[in-house]
Amino acid sequence: MKYFFIIAGVLLIVLTIAAGLIYVERRLLALFQDRQGPNRVGPFGLLQVLADVIKIFFKEDWTPPFADKAVFIIAPGILMGSILLTFAVIPFTDQFLVLDSNIGLLFFLGNSSLGVYSIVLGGWASNNKYSLIGSIRASAQMLTYEVFMGLSLVGVVMTADSFSLREIVEAQRGGWFFIPQFVGFVIFFIAGLAETHRTPFDIPEAEGELVAGFHSEYSGMKFGMFFVGEYMGVTLISALITTLFFGGWLGPSFLPPAFWFFLKTAFFICLFILIRASLPRPRYDQLMETGWKILLPLVLLNILLTGAILIYKQA
Amino acid sequence: MISILRSIWLTFLHAFRKRETRGYPEKKPYLPPRYRGRIVLTRDPDGKERCVACNLCAAACPVDCIALQATEDKDGRRYPEFFRINFSRCIFCGLCEEACPTYAIQLIPDFEMAEYNRQNMVYEKEHLLIQGQGKYHGFNFYRVAGVNMGVKGTGEGENEEPPIDLKNLIH
Repeated sequence: MKYFFIIAGVLLIVLTIAAGLIYVERRLLALFQDRQGPNRVGPFGLLQVLADVIKIFFKEDWTPPFADKAVFIIAPGILMGSILLTFAVIPFTDQFLVLDSNIGLLFFLGNSSLGVYSIVLGGWASNNKYSLIGSIRASAQMLTYEVFMGLSLVGVVMTADSFSLREIVEAQRGGWFFIPQFVGFVIFFIAGLAETHRTPFDIPEAEGELVAGFHSEYSGMKFGMFFVGEYMGVTLISALITTLFFGGWLGPSFLPPAFWFFLKTAFFICLFILIRASLPRPRYDQLMETGWKILLPLVLLNILLTGAILIYKQA
Repeated sequence: MISILRSIWLTFLHAFRKRETRGYPEKKPYLPPRYRGRIVLTRDPDGKERCVACNLCAAACPVDCIALQATEDKDGRRYPEFFRINFSRCIFCGLCEEACPTYAIQLIPDFEMAEYNRQNMVYEKEHLLIQGQGKYHGFNFYRVAGVNMGVKGTGEGENEEPPIDLKNLIH
């Protein structure tokens, strides 16, 4: 029974945040661009989310006749599913987590790789050249970034000596990992941006070149799932950065632990939006080049150094 | 790398700038007095219509949106029988105002003229005529014109000399 409440609670919180981010992102982007943002619907425009959701539900849910129907319909579900599953291992607090798995981090990495299928299959099933180019880019980008996303976390795992996200947080009682693992943090952040296809790494959907990339042919709630999936991804990566590098629910005790977790996560979500507001999209080859030629050696160096320091400390 | 961080920081600083957006329906913009908006027909200081139905505005109008019919009252003073401006055609160029010899037709700082029905964009004289004098206070055309229209006697106007008796040699 307790499990049921936790699962329902996590689902409710995650979906509310993801939907709320539609409003938050528009408001924050407006803030950074000297505009007002949506402020018409309800107090401060807060009901904008509701209006958007009602609109998207009543839109025609069109499947193109030339599309591969089954795959076309499944694709957005894979994205939502893989991201929602990952939230199972996120420790919101010491008590409030669905699954305290001893392979939590691997579970996340596996699920985030599964998420790529959604985009590749979605673009492939659309049977549209722009969608296909978008999904090919997505798969290449994922190959690049999955590699050092995993490797950037190795340092954390070595220091914490555990794959369980709860134990990683517990290991940070002495000091948050973003100081000893600063390189790992920066690279995980960049990989997280690429993972969620956020600007500046929204190359798979590059609207200036590819219409809307992999989801050109999607409409109605199927598009809505890609849309909300992106925000859930942002929430997920922010929550993971909080957990892995910024001590999760740890914080001064005058506020409840859950509050600290949400505060830190909210900070990183805002940082994601700030980066979207400020950076242009790099060219495709530039992205691959930075990935393989700069970030990968850096992350390997980080692992080497972390290992050396750990051995030195033990000796 | 530094330039990327710098641009992120500069974007962040924009959060504290003044907003470019004006909250229009709640916060009205400032319109200067010479703003070319809705067209009105003004009255002279005595409260009579300034318009003498000379048709110059209609002639000047590049989109032919002004239509009027001249008539005379019992004193022989000209005024428009009807005066019609089709605002769905009007381009607010202000040429009618420039053409007007009596300062009767004027453009004022008001642009909120949207209608659901296009026919409502056609303004008749009763919609155009206002009670005041508009931008030119105290101006009365018949005070500077040569003709006597009951405002002043012949030759009594500003910059005007009394009429000469052509039959008299001594003057």
